[in-house]
Amino acid sequence: MSATLSTTMSAVTVISPETNEDVQTVVCAYEQIVVRGGGTKPALCTAGDGATVLDTRRLTGIVEYEPGEFVFTARAGTPLREIADALAAYGQYLPFDPPLVQEGATLGGTVAAGLSGSGRHRYGGVRDFLIGVRFVDGQGRLVRGGGKVVKNAAGFDLPKLLVGSIGRLGVIVEASFKVFPQPPRYATLRVSQPSLDAALAAITRLNGSTFDIEALDLLIEAGAPVLYVRQGGLATTLEERQQSLRIWLGVGTPLRETDEAEFWAAARAFSWAPADWSLVKTPITLNTIPVLEQILQASGAQRRYLAGGALVWIAWPGELAQLHVYLTQLQLSGLVLRGETQWPFVGARTGASLAARVKRVLDPTNRFPIL
Amino acid sequence: METSGLISELERCFPPDRLLQRPAQMAPYESDALTAFRARPAAVILAETQAEVIQAVRLCHRHAIPFVARGSGTSLSGGSLPVEEGIVIALNRLNRVLRLDPAQRIAVVEPGVINLDVSRAAAPHGLYYAPDPSSQLICTIGGNVAFNSGGAHCLKYGMTANHVLGLKAVLPDGEVVQLGGESLESVGPDLTGFFVGSEGLFGVALEIILRLLPKPECYRTVLAAYDSLAGAGDAVAQVVASGLLPGAMEIMDALAIEAAEAAVHAGYPRDAAALLIVELEGERVQVEAEFAHLLRVIEGSGPKTVTVAKDDADRARIWKGRKSAFSAVGRLSPDYLVQDGVVPRSRLGEALATIERLSRTHNLRVANVFHAGDGNLHPLILFNGRVAGELERAEALAGEIIQMCIALGGSVTGEHGIGMEKRQHMRAMFTTTDLEVMAELRRALDPGEISNRGKMFPDGEAPALSSHGVHPLERQGVISRE
Ligand SMILES: Cc1cc2nc3c(=O)[nH]c(=O)nc-3n(C[C@H](O)[C@H](O)[C@H](O)COP(=O)(O)OP(=O)(O)OC[C@H]3O[C@@H](n4cnc5c(N)ncnc54)[C@H](O)[C@@H]3O)c2cc1C
Repeated sequence: MSATLSTTMSAVTVISPETNEDVQTVVCAYEQIVVRGGGTKPALCTAGDGATVLDTRRLTGIVEYEPGEFVFTARAGTPLREIADALAAYGQYLPFDPPLVQEGATLGGTVAAGLSGSGRHRYGGVRDFLIGVRFVDGQGRLVRGGGKVVKNAAGFDLPKLLVGSIGRLGVIVEASFKVFPQPPRYATLRVSQPSLDAALAAITRLNGSTFDIEALDLLIEAGAPVLYVRQGGLATTLEERQQSLRIWLGVGTPLRETDEAEFWAAARAFSWAPADWSLVKTPITLNTIPVLEQILQASGAQRRYLAGGALVWIAWPGELAQLHVYLTQLQLSGLVLRGETQWPFVGARTGASLAARVKRVLDPTNRFPIL
Repeated sequence: METSGLISELERCFPPDRLLQRPAQMAPYESDALTAFRARPAAVILAETQAEVIQAVRLCHRHAIPFVARGSGTSLSGGSLPVEEGIVIALNRLNRVLRLDPAQRIAVVEPGVINLDVSRAAAPHGLYYAPDPSSQLICTIGGNVAFNSGGAHCLKYGMTANHVLGLKAVLPDGEVVQLGGESLESVGPDLTGFFVGSEGLFGVALEIILRLLPKPECYRTVLAAYDSLAGAGDAVAQVVASGLLPGAMEIMDALAIEAAEAAVHAGYPRDAAALLIVELEGERVQVEAEFAHLLRVIEGSGPKTVTVAKDDADRARIWKGRKSAFSAVGRLSPDYLVQDGVVPRSRLGEALATIERLSRTHNLRVANVFHAGDGNLHPLILFNGRVAGELERAEALAGEIIQMCIALGGSVTGEHGIGMEKRQHMRAMFTTTDLEVMAELRRALDPGEISNRGKMFPDGEAPALSSHGVHPLERQGVISRE
């Protein structure tokens, strides 16, 4: 087998298969496996004692990309950076705006973690763009779901099942996506808000408005709420559209063009989050923000609310057990991307019993960590 | 099947007027919009509450009797065909919009709510529910969820799955689960997405959380006529490749145009071999600028004529023609089969030319009216079931179209589902292992395979293809196809 074996300083074996058959062989050969892509979400891919790391980074390369079709297929270990570059050459992009692109996140890791970024505001998240997937389940079976065309209703939607499965239902080895033309130009308005209530009211108004907004993030800067509203489109009309938005909002300062791209790149990189704090993804709704914000502020957490109040990234300084208690009280759930934890979920959880049934089919002997 | 034990328990739970058992009462439920299949259930339950549905499912499970959930019975793939001697759980009476929250832009609905009623309820708030199947006046959200239904305006914002945030369902063994929630995001495996499109095999959706969108500020619609169907198909590839992102892109061929004109006088040019409708939506300034670009692309694609919708009334007329075309074509012929295959958009022209050729060699008329923007074909194969051999020829033709879609790297179904009809084609799409894993997943949720037994998987028992004609509800005047 062409896999390379290497041993790190701890007693963890790392295997880097190159082919799908290698992956099948590895899965059948080891009893405890943790799948790792770029390793940018350490809480989801750190192996405990005795476990073997299956590193996907040699399962790499774009398999098919037909620009005129706005669809591509790539192997799971392909860095997002490579994909983003290939798409950009034809004016296309991943509309769900995955995070950690420059930090080395892979396509498969992004699907498995179920991560989308600020740009998901416009057209939807990773689940909405994934159209096909190939994976090796815990029994070593190579399974395919979905397809390579933008619309397909044949069979159960295994691609969606794999979104957010964090390597615990199988090893994703290949994924197909639909993509969109990228807006040729972007512009962002920075809108300071007098209070959280005012910020939430502004988000509510914007969410119900006819403005086409690419991203709508709420930040807390020096204790005060600030909205960042990103628009995109033809260069010829963008200025006029931003002007109408500014008039409609009554306030707002455009970011300078150079700062604009940098601002959203920084968001993608989580550069605002202290590196040694835990980082947690938490799906929310607008009406949970007031209570949540009180807790996060009082706890000294850093946070960034995305996509018009659909999601918050929490950088948490303390024990995750405490965050777990808070989120559970609010009936919110979270996924730990970075931080010390045995179990990556915090807070409330829905669908656990159905997930367990699925797990018993795809990974009956728990080769991958429990789900 | 031994149903008497179950029936007597059901009789204790449901009054006789909501537990139909006489053949005449059950006739409207014997088939769906794929009328070539028909099966008589042991009983039809007209459920009124979620608790009743749960109870019915649990009883079926305890007695190991199969059931089929049913919305409006407009499935085109035999999805809501009853299991012979099984139970039908009709959900039309669970038709309440439970909550509409304009600030969060969500609607929580029961499964029997009619698709269009969601948009109607949301309209006062400037919101709408995006997926718009042509059957939206009658089909239910429950049916849409089961089939991940699409529509003309699914190009930009996706199909049903992209608009369902969460749901409550009773699994076939009686467990009630809550999946997803009110947020656009989730953590853990996307179980909501997994449930959507499961064709009624994962149990019954009881409550569905839908995402609503603000109505766009502006629409711009253009109608281009072509000398050939392939020409219109190639134009679609050019629009897609141009980097524009239309909200809708639809094609109708000469037969469909003629039928739509006869039905609703949409004002379509009569002498065209094919019509292409392209619509942009969004902020006015942006749409106007993009529309100019679109018109240049269309002009470059060699159309016969190009007509731009002048106002809302014009636009409404264009869409009325398109949305009625399907059933209007159906009226041209005593019987028809509709296919739902998908091909890569860049291969549309080629695919349409092949369909024309197949139509000639099989000597059957085929009308095309379909979601061109996502390469989702809807050839309607017209035949007369009373003429010996025509049904078989129509089926052979349908099979060849499906094979073509697969050969071009597409799919056997874009939105109508596998149901009863396309089961044998699953093997062409998936390996034995893929199907085995899907079957195991199904049994993990439904050990007795009682939920919609016999559908989707290739080896289920099929009732013989037999009768034909209009939908039983249609014959009774209960529904009409618009
Ligand atoms: C004229 C016409 C035009 C059409 N146009 C389109 C179109 O543009 N796009 C498109 O996608 N489809 C279209 N269809 C097909 C059909 O309307 C859709 O498949 C629709 O979603 C079916 O809804 P229904 O309420 O009629 O469901 P039914 O036919 O009653 O049921 C369909 C399936 O859903 C299951 N089901 C129903 N309710 C539930 C529930 N609550 N939980 C779990 N499973 C359930 C049933 O068991 C069955 O398998 C069209 C059909 C016709 C007749």
